[in-house]
Amino acid sequence: MGHLTLNHFLVVSALLFGFGMLAVVTRRNAVAMLMGIELILNAANLNLVAFGRYVSGGITGQIFGLFVIVLAAAEAAVGLAIILAIYQMGRNIDASQATTLKQ
Amino acid sequence: MEHAAHHLAPLTTQAVSFLWLIPLFPLVGAFINATMGVRLQRKFGKGLVHSISIGAMVLSFVVACIAFFKLLGLDAEHRFLQDTLWNIFTAGKVQVDLGFALDPLSMMMTLIITFIGTLIHVFSTGYMADEPSYWRFFAYLNLFIFSMLLLVMGDNFVLMFFGWEGVGLCSYLLISFWYTDPQKAAAGMKAFVVNRFGDFGFILGLFLLFWALGGAWQKGADGKLTYVEDAPQLSSAHAVAAEHEGEPVAEHAPVDIKVGPTLNFRELRDEIVITSTGMAEKLKGQTLFGIGLLSLVGILFFVGAMGKSAQLPLHVWLPDAMAGPTPVSALIHAATMVTAGVYMVARLSFIFALSPTAMGWVAFIGALTALFAASIGFFQYDIKKVLAYSTVSQLGFMFIGVGVGAYWAGAYHLLTHAFFKATLFLGSGSVILGCHHEQDMRKMGGLGKLMPITKWTYLIACWAIAGFPWASGFYSKDEILWKAFTQDGLAFPLLGMTPHLGQLIYLMGILTATGTSFYMFRSYYMTFTGEYRGGHGHDDGHAAHGHDEHHGHTPHESPLSITFVLATLAVGAVLASVIGIPTAWTGSAPLLEQWLEPALPAVVRFAEYAHSTEFLFQAIGVSAGVVGWFFARALYKDNKSQVPAQLLAKWKGAWTVVYNKYYVDEIYQATVVRGSISLARVLSWFDKNIIDGIVNLAGAITRVVANIDGVIDRYLVDGAVNFVAGSTLSAGRILRRVQTGRIQTYLYGALVGAIALVLFNFLIK
Repeated sequence: MGHLTLNHFLVVSALLFGFGMLAVVTRRNAVAMLMGIELILNAANLNLVAFGRYVSGGITGQIFGLFVIVLAAAEAAVGLAIILAIYQMGRNIDASQATTLKQ
Repeated sequence: MEHAAHHLAPLTTQAVSFLWLIPLFPLVGAFINATMGVRLQRKFGKGLVHSISIGAMVLSFVVACIAFFKLLGLDAEHRFLQDTLWNIFTAGKVQVDLGFALDPLSMMMTLIITFIGTLIHVFSTGYMADEPSYWRFFAYLNLFIFSMLLLVMGDNFVLMFFGWEGVGLCSYLLISFWYTDPQKAAAGMKAFVVNRFGDFGFILGLFLLFWALGGAWQKGADGKLTYVEDAPQLSSAHAVAAEHEGEPVAEHAPVDIKVGPTLNFRELRDEIVITSTGMAEKLKGQTLFGIGLLSLVGILFFVGAMGKSAQLPLHVWLPDAMAGPTPVSALIHAATMVTAGVYMVARLSFIFALSPTAMGWVAFIGALTALFAASIGFFQYDIKKVLAYSTVSQLGFMFIGVGVGAYWAGAYHLLTHAFFKATLFLGSGSVILGCHHEQDMRKMGGLGKLMPITKWTYLIACWAIAGFPWASGFYSKDEILWKAFTQDGLAFPLLGMTPHLGQLIYLMGILTATGTSFYMFRSYYMTFTGEYRGGHGHDDGHAAHGHDEHHGHTPHESPLSITFVLATLAVGAVLASVIGIPTAWTGSAPLLEQWLEPALPAVVRFAEYAHSTEFLFQAIGVSAGVVGWFFARALYKDNKSQVPAQLLAKWKGAWTVVYNKYYVDEIYQATVVRGSISLARVLSWFDKNIIDGIVNLAGAITRVVANIDGVIDRYLVDGAVNFVAGSTLSAGRILRRVQTGRIQTYLYGALVGAIALVLFNFLIK
């Protein structure tokens, strides 16, 4: 096991980001897309903290991370509200069915 | 006889400012009647129409009389009134002014025109009383008078020619007055076309003269004829006193005379008559293609006179012109228009006198015409045709006069002829009116008892034309014949000098005089003696009769407007003899000769004979008239004699030829008319097929090009535009697919883009 360097954290967060993007792009279920978005946000969080620990020092990274967590929560709430509204309109939450903006 | 020396000096002119009124009044009258005549006639009746017309004529006559008295008050050498209004145009050497000049010759003509013209206007009020187009007639009459006055009063060739053409036009308008009858319309056209032939000769003569005055044709080294202009030193010359015999030299100082091409009569006369300018000699010496130039000029001018004054071979229009109303025949074809040719020759006497060939030609053609026309007059039955041929014949006499050099005699015959011929024509008009527009003498007769005034005036005029003493015809005719006999200096084209031409012409003249007397008295006896043979006269297409007071078929005397004029003219025919009493009777020159002398400056030599010889010839002239009268009386008095019918049966062939006017008209029809029509047809074919073909081809080409343009426009241009629009639409359709409305697609795209950017950045680094 050697020392944990910054790169280890960056790889993990990149992987997380990738999984999260995968989830958003390929899933048809809107709630699953939200989960993916959570993953992406958390990956960004991990990045922030890692950089805070290894590069800048102090508590900047962690405070920034707290902000992101709050933002993620708020955004999840809003997202769920939108999904509810869409469900009440179309009776399903399949993202590929919500094509009112299609040209 | 020797002429006094005074006319060899340049003409001095007296400037006046009222001469333009003389032609102006008829012009204004014509204008008023032409533009407003219809309305005036409808609203105020025919009285106003003819009052305007006659008023204009009277005013014109009054002004002419004023000019006459003014002329009388001047010395004989200075009798020349000039009124120049303005310059019409100047083009190089040609200068044309609107100028009127009255010298004794044109004064005489002007008085004839205005006086007889006024009388004929008065006559027309009675004769044309039933005519609905009354206003048109009087407008044309006034227009004619205007043109004729322009002709005689114009002081240069251009104005004269303007009047010349104008009278031709008015003659056409008046002859075909009743134009709805195609025959009458054709007669008018014939007159105009034949006149144009003459005008062509006139113009050619004018051009030649003008050119000759300014230079000469000379044969160059290459044998070609070139025109060489005169050297400048000929451009001014001085008249010297040497012309005058026995006069003190100091009285005649040298005067500057304009030498060179000119259209003004006075300048032309000055430079030719005054021999010190050298112009006369120069002209005499010039030839054109081997022919003497002056002879050519004279002959060409005479061609113009031939057309206007109905001489052989252009006489054919005058008898047909009788289709016009009788006042027209009297005015135009007796007294005025046809005398324009005689006036022109008299005006240019100084040119004709320089060329014996031209003189001989004019005199001979005049004599030939006189004889020819008189022979045709023998057998005509239409009274107006008899008078028409008589006019042609008498015009021939006038040309004999001016041809042999007796210019004043020709002019005198013009004057006397105007009076007695007008009387005859108007008398015939009165007869025709009385017989209900019947013109055939075989249907007349016995009118002497029924129309006494007409009879007496007609008789007096016959007396005059036959040349019996104390009526003016005798004096003029005998003077002409005497001068013809005593003229030895005539030449004929291609024959050179022919000393006995004068005597030959005299012989022809005497024969004509006999014939004239014969056919005139024949017409008199057939019309006025014996019993009335007429049934109901036939209409000749004229408007409804208006003789309300006429009962049955019996002719009666014409109204006062007509008889008054007849009487006046008959009196004039007699009184005109006063001014022409020959020298042999009184010892001094006749009044008219003295009057006209300044205007006729040509010096012509005649052979001298004793007075007794002259009396003998006068007696011969009278006897010729008596012989003619005798035969006419024997054959036609009271129309009882069978001899005319017997002679006709015996000589039917010859009679037919003469009765058909020697078939001259038929010859012309076959040659000139058919030729012209064929030419017209050929040209018309050419125009319709070839010229129109070219034009149509141009049109067709334009259409083809337009079609091509259309195709290009439809497919290429519109295609390009449509293609642009189409491609935009297709592009849009394709690109629209990006907007799926699915959020995942957008995210997917964003992700791919981001990775691509990073990789891009990374790799490029």
